[in-house]
Amino acid sequence: MSEITAPAYRVIPIIPALKPGAMEGPGPYVANEKIQEGLGFPGKLVDDWHDKAISKMGELLGKYRSLKVFMDACVHCGACSDKCHYFIGTQDPKNMPVARQDLMRSIYRRYFTLPGKLFPKLVGARDLTREVLDEWHNYYHQCSECRRCSVFCPYGIDTAEVTMAGREILDSVGYGQKYDNEIIGKVHKIGNNLGLPGPALIDTMEGLEEDVKEDTGIDVRFPVDVKGAEVLLITPSADFFAEPHIDSLIGYGKVFHATGTSWTISSMSSEAANFGMFIGNYEQLRKVALRIREAALELGVKRIVVGECGHAWRVAYSFWNTLTGVGDGADQDDQFAMMLQRQLDHRYKQPTHICEFTWDMIERGALSFDKEANDKHIITFHDSCNVARGSRMGGYPGGQFDIPRNIIKAVANHFVEMDPSTTHEKTFCCGGGGGLLTDDLMDLRVKGALPRMEVLKQVADEQGVNFLAVICAICKTQFSKVMPYYGFDRKMVGGVHQLVSNAIKLGAK
Amino acid sequence: MTSILFAILFYFATLMFVVGTFYRISVYTRTPAPLKIPTTPAPIDTGGVVLRMMREVVLFESLFKANLWTWAVGWLFHASLALVLLRHLRYFTEPVWAWVAFIQPFGTYAGITMLLGVAGLWARRIFVERIRYISTPSDHLMLALFMVIAFSGLFMSFIEHTDVVAVKGFMLGLMYFDMQKLPANFVLYVHLFMVAALMMIFPISKLLHAPGVFFSPSRNQADNPREKRHISSWAKQMESGK
Repeated sequence: MSEITAPAYRVIPIIPALKPGAMEGPGPYVANEKIQEGLGFPGKLVDDWHDKAISKMGELLGKYRSLKVFMDACVHCGACSDKCHYFIGTQDPKNMPVARQDLMRSIYRRYFTLPGKLFPKLVGARDLTREVLDEWHNYYHQCSECRRCSVFCPYGIDTAEVTMAGREILDSVGYGQKYDNEIIGKVHKIGNNLGLPGPALIDTMEGLEEDVKEDTGIDVRFPVDVKGAEVLLITPSADFFAEPHIDSLIGYGKVFHATGTSWTISSMSSEAANFGMFIGNYEQLRKVALRIREAALELGVKRIVVGECGHAWRVAYSFWNTLTGVGDGADQDDQFAMMLQRQLDHRYKQPTHICEFTWDMIERGALSFDKEANDKHIITFHDSCNVARGSRMGGYPGGQFDIPRNIIKAVANHFVEMDPSTTHEKTFCCGGGGGLLTDDLMDLRVKGALPRMEVLKQVADEQGVNFLAVICAICKTQFSKVMPYYGFDRKMVGGVHQLVSNAIKLGAK
Repeated sequence: MTSILFAILFYFATLMFVVGTFYRISVYTRTPAPLKIPTTPAPIDTGGVVLRMMREVVLFESLFKANLWTWAVGWLFHASLALVLLRHLRYFTEPVWAWVAFIQPFGTYAGITMLLGVAGLWARRIFVERIRYISTPSDHLMLALFMVIAFSGLFMSFIEHTDVVAVKGFMLGLMYFDMQKLPANFVLYVHLFMVAALMMIFPISKLLHAPGVFFSPSRNQADNPREKRHISSWAKQMESGK
C-alpha cells in the first residue's frame, strides 16, 4: 500500500467536489474458509452466487420493513449527499449515502420492481454481475453504520440498514470480510473479541488490583466470576489491556468501590462488543448477545452495567431486550424473557450504562472528587455515533448527550464544546466504526476522521483543548491510531471514566 | 370517441392507483420490523411519535436540518401541490364544499408556486454536481411530468380557458357512471393524460415516499426498548426450546 497521508483540512463548511473512482479497489481482506464456515457461512464464493444473492435479498426484504421501505422511498433529493464523513474525507461519490444505497437499490429495482424489469436504464436499474458484487464488498465496507445520514433524510432512510443487508448478502454467498467474521468467531469460541482466555483475564484483573493499590494505597477489587454479585459488568474487551481503554476500566472499578457496589465480570462472557450487528446478521447478533444472558443467569446478578463502548451500547440498549430478555416489560407468558426479568432488579434500568450508573451516584452524593486532579486537561467531548443516534441514557430523549458531559463537568474544571454542527445528534463518526477498525482499511480510516479532526483542530488552536474524551472503545483505538496523521498527540484521547478515575476520592466517604 | 378513451383511461388509472397503493401499504404493514431502530434522540411514547411524524410530514423537519435550499423549494412544491389538489375537489363535488370554494383563489395561484418549486428542484438536479450524479432519467422525467401538468393547468386558468363546467360534468359522470362529453381542447387532453399517467406511476415508483414515510422504522418507532420487549414473530420462533 502506498503511503497514507491525511487529507488537507477544509475551509469549513465547503462541500467537496466529486472525485469519481477515488476509493475504487478490492476492499478489505476477504474471510477465508475456516472463518466463514465457523459462522455457518459458505467458505468461498458459491457457484450460484447470483441466484443465491437475489433470493437472500428477497428474504431480507420480507423480514425487514426498514430495508423494504428504504429501497422504495428514496427520491434522490440529495439531503444526505454531503453528510457522510467518508464522502467528505474521500470525495468518492459512491460514498455519498444515497449513492451507497443505490448500489443496492439498482439491483432491487431490476429484480423486484416492474419498471426496473421493463425499463432498467430509465430507472437506474442494473443486473447483478460479479463487478457489482465486488463493488458491494468495497463500498459496503466504507460505511461505518453511524446513521448520520438518517438524521437528515426526510424519510429517515438509514444507510446503516442497507450496508448491513449488503454485508449479510455477501456473507450468504461466501464473500465475507475477514476482520469482522474472524472476531465473531473468537467470541463464540472464547467469549471476547480478542480471544483472551479466562486465566489471562483473571491475571489481568489481579494486575489491575496491584496497580491501583500501588497508585492509591487502597484495595480496589476487580472481581471475576463472582456468583451473587449485584452487578455484572459487560465491557469491551479492549478495556482489559488496550491503552487508553484500561484507564476507564480502572475508573469503573473505583466507582464501584467508592459506592460499595458488589460487582463482577464474567470470564465466559467478557465482551460488550457485538460485531453481529456490523454484518447485519440477526442470528450472529443474537448468538453473541446470548452469552450475556447466560452469564447473568449463571451468576445470579441483579443488574447489568455496560462499559464505555458505542455500538455495544446501541446493541445493549436497543436490542438486548429483544435478543436476550435483558430489560423490562416482557409479556407474562413470554417465558424466555421472564426467566431473566424476574431475576433483575427493576428499580434500575436494565441494562444500565456505566455513565448512567456513575451520574446517578454523583447525583445521590455518593461520590466526591478532587477536580483539580484534572486541571492539566482542557477537555472536549466527542459524541460516539451509536450512542448519539442509536440509543439513549437517562429518562428523557437526549440524555445520552447530557449525562457524559455532566460527569466530565463534575470531575474536571475545564470543558469546552466543539462546533455544534458536529456534536450531539449531528456528531461525526470517528472513522473506524462499523467493523472497519482494521489495518487493511487504514487509508479509509485516516480520511474518514477528517471532519472530526478539523473541528478538534479548531478548539485545540482557539481554546487549547488537549484532551478528547470519548465513551467508545472503537473511537479510542481509532483516534489514538489516526490522530498522529493529523499532527495530534495520540495520548490526547481517553475515556470519560479515565477522568473520573483521576479525580475520584476513594478514602473519603 | 375521445371522451370514451379518457373515461377508460381514468377508470384504469384510478384502479392502478388505488389497488397498487393499497397493495404496497399492505406489504409495508405485513413486513415486520424485528429490531428497535428509531433514530435517536427519539420520542419515548406514541404521542411523541405522532408529533415527530407530523413535523416530518407537514414541515419536513429533517430536510430543514439537512439543506435550507432543498427544504425551501421542496416544501414550496409540496405545499403548493397539496393546495392545488384540494382546489381540484370542486370538479368532483356538487355542491362544492364551502372550504373548497374558499381556497379556490389560493389554489389557483398555488399552481404558480408549484411550478416554481418544480423548477427549483430541477435546477438543483441539473446544476449541483452531487445531485446530478445521483439522478436517473426517471428522476428528470418525474419533474417534467409535474411541469407539464402545472403548465397546462395554468394555461387553462390564466390564458385560454376551457369549459370547466363541462369538465366537471365529465368527472361527475365518471363517478356516477353517467357518461358525459369532455370539451375538445388539446391542452385539457394533455393535462388529463399526464395526471392519469402520474396516478399509474405512483404505486411503482419513488412517489411511494408519500406512504413510505409513515412506515419508516427510524421515524415511527418509540424509543422504549428497555421498558417494553419488542420482538417479531420470526425472531420469537428462535426462542422455542431455549
